[in-house]
Order: sequence, then structure tokens, then C-alpha cells
Amino acid sequence: MRLEQPDGRGRFGAYGGAFAPETLMPALAELESAFVDAWADPAFHRDLERLLTTYVGRPTPVYHAERLSEELGLHLYLKREDLAHTGAHKINNTIAQVLLTTRMGKPRVIAETGAGQHGVATATACALFGLDCVVYMGEKDIERQALNVYRMRLLGAEVIPVTSGAGTLKDAVSAALRDWVASVGDTHYVIGSVVGPHPFPWMVREFQKVIGEELRNQLDGSPGSPTPDIIVAPVGGGSNAMGIFYPYAGDEGVRLVGVEAAGFGIRTGKHGASLGEGSPGVLHGAMTYLLQDRHGQVLEAHSISAGLDYPGVGPEHAYFKDEGLVEYASVTDDDAVVAFHRLSRTEGIIPALESAHGLAWIVEHAAELSGATVVLNLSGRGDKDVQQVAAMYD
Amino acid sequence: MTDTAQGNLQSMFARAREQGRCALLPYLTAGIPDADASVEIFAAMAQAGADGFEVGIPYADPLMDGPVIMAAGEAALDHGITVDIALDVIARVVDRTGKPVLAMTYVNPVLRHGIDAFFEKASDAGASGVIIADLPVNEAEPFLAAAAAVGIGLVLFAAPTTDDARLDAVIASEPVFVYAVAEVGVTGERTSASDNIAGLAARIRSRSDVPIVFGVGISTPEQVALAAPHGDGVIVGTAVVRRVLDAVSGAEAADEVGRFVRELSIAARGHRT
Repeated sequence: MRLEQPDGRGRFGAYGGAFAPETLMPALAELESAFVDAWADPAFHRDLERLLTTYVGRPTPVYHAERLSEELGLHLYLKREDLAHTGAHKINNTIAQVLLTTRMGKPRVIAETGAGQHGVATATACALFGLDCVVYMGEKDIERQALNVYRMRLLGAEVIPVTSGAGTLKDAVSAALRDWVASVGDTHYVIGSVVGPHPFPWMVREFQKVIGEELRNQLDGSPGSPTPDIIVAPVGGGSNAMGIFYPYAGDEGVRLVGVEAAGFGIRTGKHGASLGEGSPGVLHGAMTYLLQDRHGQVLEAHSISAGLDYPGVGPEHAYFKDEGLVEYASVTDDDAVVAFHRLSRTEGIIPALESAHGLAWIVEHAAELSGATVVLNLSGRGDKDVQQVAAMYD
Repeated sequence: MTDTAQGNLQSMFARAREQGRCALLPYLTAGIPDADASVEIFAAMAQAGADGFEVGIPYADPLMDGPVIMAAGEAALDHGITVDIALDVIARVVDRTGKPVLAMTYVNPVLRHGIDAFFEKASDAGASGVIIADLPVNEAEPFLAAAAAVGIGLVLFAAPTTDDARLDAVIASEPVFVYAVAEVGVTGERTSASDNIAGLAARIRSRSDVPIVFGVGISTPEQVALAAPHGDGVIVGTAVVRRVLDAVSGAEAADEVGRFVRELSIAARGHRT
């Protein structure tokens, strides 16, 4: 059963909690009470809704992808989070968290980023509110997402390269948490997904569930707006998926499928399928599924998509998996790239590589889904990935 | 043997109190530059006046550690230092020096072993207690129970940011000592002395007679001397680890760290150098 909120210890069933250095614990408690207070305050909702409407561009449209639907023999609808300001769903969370930061009176914001979309969305919100912004980004990701690095700097953020570990998202989150241990007095950590210690997974889900709530109104069973049979979303940390799944979780007749990165292939061990292949443990302050060795060392993930290149996953997804509320599958780099091209050619929409994983799963299962109404959360646009994909083929 | 290990730690604190000084507990990551050499370095530190040790079990995602201890952990992992090998280093340090040893780790390796199994292994290795850097008091219950079952201690933290309610909870859990975090930040050397020490110590002491050990940001004899009057012990980590990482050989590291620990040990007696 879907939970309104985690229990008193910040748990969704066995998952979540707050495993953090003591220095941070009071800040997490402060954040929780500030969030609870704001979320119950109509003035906060008014401010947020005004920004989501006039600045972010919500509600984002639902588009019936007719050409691809015909090719696949099903009814494919795209929830166009790629059309939100800055080009991904990430802005839903950052606008809300930065609004909360101003309410807490903190002048400085830090964030981590993988693909750069969350970094750009955080830098954007900080520019809007006049806050200092520091973004930690793995050096490998800096290389493959150069465009987003430049966008963050253009928006006035400082981008700090992270050289530890594999230089990807996991290392960026760790670096941001280390900064926060030292800066907790005047700094808020705008975490980019439904991960991290309580109250982050819950709070970020609340800020992202607008995606699924809008979809309910948009595909409401009225003529031309069939209710979904199946909703598909990519899962790295899992915020876009949680945002679109949560309002539907537990609904009869709606199948929910989260698609993780199979990277070079599950059997190669080079992937990001924490739910599919991982086991429970603690990473970045939460109990969840993660990729780890038999000694409890967290493994490096692999995905062509920087946003899915993460060895953990949000604890509420771990709970959904165990409860059977969501199915989790995975798609390889190669299949995602094929889907990336296919959506571009058939619909004139260049998807983020993350979202292309979701489409690849739908393509792979088209026969079994014949005639069904399928919604893909098109979590972001693919401009950031164009250079990387071009380099593979030219 | 397990009772002796925890008792050994308690007598270390008692002896230091009697002598009007604070116990010196240097930290070093197990297995740098290699397992044998790290045992030799601990032996040299014991010779130089260390009262006990914190031995780091290398972990790939050490959220509480700054760049130096992170680098040491990565180096140790690259050399194949597993939890079991680190525990073996601890056993050898206990045998060799007779000093109380705290095993320092993070939550995930403990969970992976199984909480009870991990504490049993730590106890078998002769550790007096366990420090888990990302374990706050509200998640500590099963860890406290596992520690009690094998008769060794669990250390809990108090930071300058810790409020009174949390501090009460830490004290009520009866940790073997309170690790008083001297600086708001991760482990690492600081040029200035912490101004949190006296205040934090007074807040703990007003509640309990539990031993107080300062750590984080204490890296010079001067900083040790300033902390000494306020606590029962002091942990110096990064400054030791850096000397080991910088040394060209295990033998040079043992000499260099031995000299450094001698200075720290004098400072812990309250004599300013």
C-alpha cells in the first residue's frame, strides 16, 4: 500500500531513515519542520503554484505521439516534462526547495548533479531568488555534459569538479554532503532526487508528484483522453518516476514500470540497475537497494546516461518494489540510443537519454502492449546528449 | 577477553583522569601503506606515548571524512584491504601494544556483515569498541544491542550543532564514550583552534560523567593542549594519516609518526610545547 508519508523514523517500510553524521542531524530535523510547516501553508502553495504556472510552464502538455503509436501498434502518450523550463522535470523540485530555502532564511545553496539537469535547474532557481549556488559535478560528467556546465556558469553558479571515485553522480552527492557537514549553518542542500536522508525522499516526492496529478486530469477518460493502462518512466535516483507514479500507485488497472539502466548489459556487471540487481544497504543517508560487493563497498554504476549512472535509488522505490506496486525493468545503452534516434526521427522530439530508456522498454514490449494506452514520462529533452551521441556515431 | 577489551578502555580513561591528563588516541586507516607496515606504525605510536587507537576500516564512501582520510581509504581499498583484513590488523595491534583499540567504520559494511556478526568479529579481534561515523543515535538501537551482547562499546557522537534533546538521547543510550565533534565539518586539519570545545564539554558534563573524547579538526600539539583540560581523550586523525601518506616507506612513516605522537602526547599532559 502507498504511504502518505514515511513513519516517525523517516521509513517507508524497511527503507529510508536518516543515516548521517550527527553534525547534520539537527539540520535534517529543521528541514523537516520547515517543510511540514510550508506544505501546510496556503501562502507557500500559492507562491509555488504561481511560479510553476508562469515561470516553469506547468502544466506540461500530454502529447499523443500518433506516428510512433501507429508503428508500435499501441496508443503512446508523452508527458512532456522536456517542455518545462530548463528542459526537464528537475525544476519542479528546485523551485520548491529554493522557495523553502528563502523561508528558512539560508543565503547559500549547494547541489549535486549528474547529467547537469538538476544543476541547471538549481542554478536557475538560485538566480531567480538571488541565492549563492555551488554545484558539485563529477569530472567524468563534466566531460560528457559540457553544455550544461556552461549553462550553470551562465546562470551564476559555481561548478566544482569532483575527482574522487568514478567522478560521477554518486561522488557528486558525497561531495555535496561533505560540504553540507561543514556549511550546515547557512546552507541548504537542494538534493536532486528522491534520495538521501529523511526528509529528502518524502519532500522531493511531494514536490514532483505534480507530474502524476496533472496527468490524471489530462488523461481522465473523457473522449480523446483515455486513462493510461501503463505508465513508464526511467529510474536513476527516481524522482521523475516517483513524481508520475505516486498518484497512481495502488490504482487497479494501471501498470507502473520503472526502467533502470542496464548499461553494457546486466551480465557485464556494468550497469545502474540498483533495484533489479542490487541488495538493501545504506547509501547517502538512506536504507535502500544499492549495488555493492560482498564486503559492503558500494560499486560504481555504469550508464551512457549520466542521470541513471547511480548505484542507489530512492528508498520509496525500494518500498514500491517490495510491495509490488511498481515493476522495475532495465534497458541497455545500445537500446536507449536506438530509441533516442527513433523518437527524434518519428516525432521530431529529441529525448534525454534517460527518457530514451523508457521508450526503449516500450518498443521492446510493443507486441505485448498491443492496443494499450501507454504513457511515457518524457522526463527531459536531449539537447544535452546530442554531442555525446554524435561522438559515438561520427 | 571481551570484558577485558572494554575494561581496558575504561581503565585507560580512569588512569588519564587520575593523572590529570587526557588520553591520546591517534587514528590511522588500517592497511596503509600496507597491513604489516600499519601494524608497525601503531607499535611506534604506542612506544611514543599513545594511550589507545582508532583504527579506520577503509570505506569507499566516507561521508564524514575529508580528502586526506578519503585518499587513505581509497589507497587501502586498492591494496585489497577488506573489513576482515582490517579487523586482523586490529587484532595484531591489540596483541602487539596491549592498548585499547576502537574500530572505525560506516553503517553499510556493518549491515552487509550483519550487525551481530560484525560486532562479534570486532570483539573477536579484541576491539574495545566501535565507532560508526554515519550512525546517529536515533538509528543506533540494534547496534547498541549487538555491542552489548558481545560486551564491547559503541561510541555515539555529539556535535556543536546537537541540540539538548538529542544530547539527552545520546547520554541515555550509555555509549562507551561520547565522541565530541570539535569542528562543524568533515575530518581534516585546521589552522585555528576550535572554539566549540569548552561549551560542548560543559553541556555533556552537566548531564553525565561519561568519558568525552574530542575529534575532528584537532591536528597539532597546540590544539591537543587546548582540548586536554576539557575531555578524557582526544583523537588526532588526518595529521597522522597525512604523515603516513607522505612518507616514502613504512619505516620512515613509523619514525615520523612516532616523533609527532611524542609531541602530541606531551601536549595531552597539559604541557604547552
